[in-house]
Amino acid sequence: MSKQLTATEMGLVPCHGCGLLCQAPPPEQHGYCPRCQAPLHARRPGSVQRAWAYLVSAAILFFPANLLPMMLTTSLGRTQKDTIMSGVVYLWVSGSWPLALVVFVASIMVPLTKILALFLLLITIQLRSEWAPLQRTRLYRLLELVGPWSMLDIYVLGLLVSLVQLQSLATILPGPAALAFAGVVVLSMLSAMSLDPRLIWDPIGENSD
Amino acid sequence: MPESSHEYPLIACHDCDLVYQETALPPGGEARCQRCGALLYRDTTGCIQRSLAYCSAALLVFILVNAFPILELETQGIRRNATLYGTALTLYHENMAPVAALVALTTLLVPALELAAICYLLLFLNLKRRPPGFADLMRLIQLMRPWGMVEVFLIGVLVSLVKLAHMAHVLPGLGLWSFGVLILLMAASAGSFDAHEIWRQYEKCPNS
Repeated sequence: MSKQLTATEMGLVPCHGCGLLCQAPPPEQHGYCPRCQAPLHARRPGSVQRAWAYLVSAAILFFPANLLPMMLTTSLGRTQKDTIMSGVVYLWVSGSWPLALVVFVASIMVPLTKILALFLLLITIQLRSEWAPLQRTRLYRLLELVGPWSMLDIYVLGLLVSLVQLQSLATILPGPAALAFAGVVVLSMLSAMSLDPRLIWDPIGENSD
Repeated sequence: MPESSHEYPLIACHDCDLVYQETALPPGGEARCQRCGALLYRDTTGCIQRSLAYCSAALLVFILVNAFPILELETQGIRRNATLYGTALTLYHENMAPVAALVALTTLLVPALELAAICYLLLFLNLKRRPPGFADLMRLIQLMRPWGMVEVFLIGVLVSLVKLAHMAHVLPGLGLWSFGVLILLMAASAGSFDAHEIWRQYEKCPNS
């Protein structure tokens, strides 16, 4: 079979809005998709820069999200401050280890892995690395898939706060980590969305001919 | 550049940019990129009707989910219940407005808008008419897609149920059962939604 060409090599640009393959506009000119009128870009504009900005912010917020208390439980005059990790430990000790595992994976493993993986992808893209493009693309797809699951702890917090308002008996209030954690989730999702996976493959086409 | 017929156009892999010529697929078949394994396109026979059916059903169940409490808690004569919007509202009252906005966006606004937009577009296409605002709505649906997180919320409900079980009597409400159904319907509707095919159907409709 003859060598397959990429859209870039053929002078074509897939539209971001509707997927139609369009003729690339001449250099220094703006083109629009004839079908849906979206502006044409060969790659997501500012992909790497945006992804870096979101990623660095997410990485910084990751620390307050894990070190500050997420949930303040007041029961019979005693206030207990729980971080994300101590919440996991509590679930584990109280006997529901499957749930402890789910929360651990969703709120600690997923955000951490996501941040580290995005660092890896961005650095290899900037170095124009040709290393394991298929595996890196799969990693990127995995990131998109697991991203929303980090919201789990925020939802649990919201539900507990709405249910446990039992006057003097017990109340649960959200702690400052909730804000930071929500920030981590949103920023890391935005970072993954800004990153264009085709950048992983760009150096490969250039050197093969 | 090879000549591309209207029926079977060229298509570029969205993950690695390789270009393919589309061909007809057997029923239920799908085409994947040889280089990176991304889904290129699939057999879309009846996908508009299926998608419309799942989506309109999901929209109805979504109303049920919001009309009834998801969890009810009862201890020493005090009853409290949690609903979807109640969860966002409570966070808002506890000075967590950004978090509340995020919860409202991911569990209420995005799923409701997405389902309504898909229903609207497919209803028109089913009647062989071009829906006004088609391109903008398609872009909006694509933009919103990653931000709908109802399935994560369901797991959140289960975690809360276990966390509270030792301190109070917790009852799953009617909302929770509807929620389970909603997740299945939304998964089915996402599985049958095919932007590629919807655009093609749109182009077949006469200009109004």
